[in-house]
Amino acid sequence: MTTASLARTLTATRRRRSAQRASIVTSIAMILMIMLVAAILVAPGLFAHVSPLFNGTDSLAAPSANHIFGTDQLGRDVFSRVIYGARPVLLASLGGVLLATLAGVAIGIVGGVAPRIISVVVMRIVDMLLALPVLLIALILIATIGSGVNSIILALGVAYTPGFARVVEASVRKLRSIEYVEAAKVFGSSGLRTAFRHLLPNLVTEVVVMASSAIGWAVLTATTLSFLGLGVQLPNPDWGSDLAAGATSLSTAWWLSTFPGLAITVTILIANFAGDWVMTLIDPTGRRTRTKFRPLGGLRTGMPAAQAIAPEEPVALDPAETPASEERA
Amino acid sequence: MAFTLRRLLASIPVVLGVTIIAFLLIHMVPGNPAQAMLFGSNASPAQIAALNKQLGLTLPLWEQYWNFIVQLLHGDLGNSFVTHNTVAHELLSRTPSTLALTGAAMLVAIVIGVPLGLVAGIRPNSLLDNIARVVSFIGVAVPYFFLALLLVLVVALQFNLVPAIDDGSPTALILPAISLGWGYAAILTRLIRGRVIEEYRSDYVRSARARGCSETRVLLGHVFRNSSIPAITMIGLQFGNILTGAAVTEVIFGRPGVGSFLATSITTKNIPVVQGAIVLIGIGYIVINLLVDLVVGVVDPRTRLATAAA
Repeated sequence: MTTASLARTLTATRRRRSAQRASIVTSIAMILMIMLVAAILVAPGLFAHVSPLFNGTDSLAAPSANHIFGTDQLGRDVFSRVIYGARPVLLASLGGVLLATLAGVAIGIVGGVAPRIISVVVMRIVDMLLALPVLLIALILIATIGSGVNSIILALGVAYTPGFARVVEASVRKLRSIEYVEAAKVFGSSGLRTAFRHLLPNLVTEVVVMASSAIGWAVLTATTLSFLGLGVQLPNPDWGSDLAAGATSLSTAWWLSTFPGLAITVTILIANFAGDWVMTLIDPTGRRTRTKFRPLGGLRTGMPAAQAIAPEEPVALDPAETPASEERA
Repeated sequence: MAFTLRRLLASIPVVLGVTIIAFLLIHMVPGNPAQAMLFGSNASPAQIAALNKQLGLTLPLWEQYWNFIVQLLHGDLGNSFVTHNTVAHELLSRTPSTLALTGAAMLVAIVIGVPLGLVAGIRPNSLLDNIARVVSFIGVAVPYFFLALLLVLVVALQFNLVPAIDDGSPTALILPAISLGWGYAAILTRLIRGRVIEEYRSDYVRSARARGCSETRVLLGHVFRNSSIPAITMIGLQFGNILTGAAVTEVIFGRPGVGSFLATSITTKNIPVVQGAIVLIGIGYIVINLLVDLVVGVVDPRTRLATAAA
């Protein structure tokens, strides 16, 4: 063994070690972050000692030791409003993504395995919805069902479903021709059983990656809707509506909208980092040899490469784009 | 030609779908339209029934839809419940403002995103790449409505460089365009950076170099041309999002556009306006996507073949 090749082996080992260490640090940081978010959701009282609705004596006070984020026109503590405002935003965006995931997987499987006449109709509707901007779909729904957190969940769910359904349908189509799925069919496995036993487990990785990368966008859409006054109604705390309410007194009290806005920004950042983290945990390209995420680790075999997933834009998937990128690959 | 025709045919069901959604809206909203129109005027049930008949709401659904389409083709979208002007007039008078904002935001996205993505991709991990990283980091994480407020706070209120609220002057367009375009500039930067790095590794770049092409030729003729295809597709796809994002930006800056009109109409349940705005935005979006696909087909003939095979 020459010195040069020995040196190369050593460098490679060192690089692998430092990469491992980095991934452990990220994992710990992410888990702590998720626990913190969970704590804010479950027990906001731990962080904010004043009720977000309590009208204090000093109104429009600038940030100080008493009120670290200042107070608003009615003397309510902005910090407390930011902490309690997390709940509607996260409920709406997580709920919306969950709804979209479930509906998208169901519709995608139907589109992939149902008789041709049904699947064509279903996927045509999906394509039509995909051709509309997400915010427009959400606005249409809210126009019909009225405003509120539940409406935002439903609106986000419907608006994000087509993106999931498209990708799932494409994967199901590919999976159908794989040997063990065909074998199951030959051995007389019913359509439903094939879907649950063979298709669904193979879709998990892809769907989890897609859902985690959609959360950041869902936070943005949810806060946009509540910014427009279509979510939680004042005086209840909510980042979007507080940001909008503070915007009118921007020149005199900058802290009113700055802190809710920062909260949204930080949340989107955490969501994006968490999405990337989940993606490296269950890396379908197999660049990482070990998978720490045990429940999903065994399911990587035979997984078609998740080429259709664009982390930046989970919903806007042009049907005309996919075959082109396949051909290029 | 066949490609153009096929692409045109494919967009027909989508256009029909948009009109169906817009049409059904009036039936999905709780309460009936006549009640909403006569709201506050103490109308008797007989008056409401008469108005329902006058509006054609007693006809079978398909006949109502047919009338809706016929009216639509004549440019008639009904009258606003609030001002009683025609919806078409109200929407079209607001369209130029929205188009100006959308175009300006798109320009901001392209002017920042394309060069930044190119230099970042040509020299990964350089100083410029790091600047690009910061720009796209801010663009992706900071919501555009928050960025708008920050820009107003600093640029308009602290330094008084441009007006904070729309006053009709061209400078009033600067802040809305930057706040709306920045996020898309970030997406564009990331996309182009990734593509450029990938293209530099491709076989045809290697063989172009082997043939003795200059680096400028390689960059412009091969790398830039090939990475512009996904960029054009992305710009087209983002058009609709910018258009709806304009709704929020218009509300913040007090611009009288289609977006802010749609937002207020939703809260006031002014259904004909909402219907009209959906048709306008939806069809605008479809037309832009059609144009983008045709442009991509010209730039990259491979996509034409791929669509033919599909």
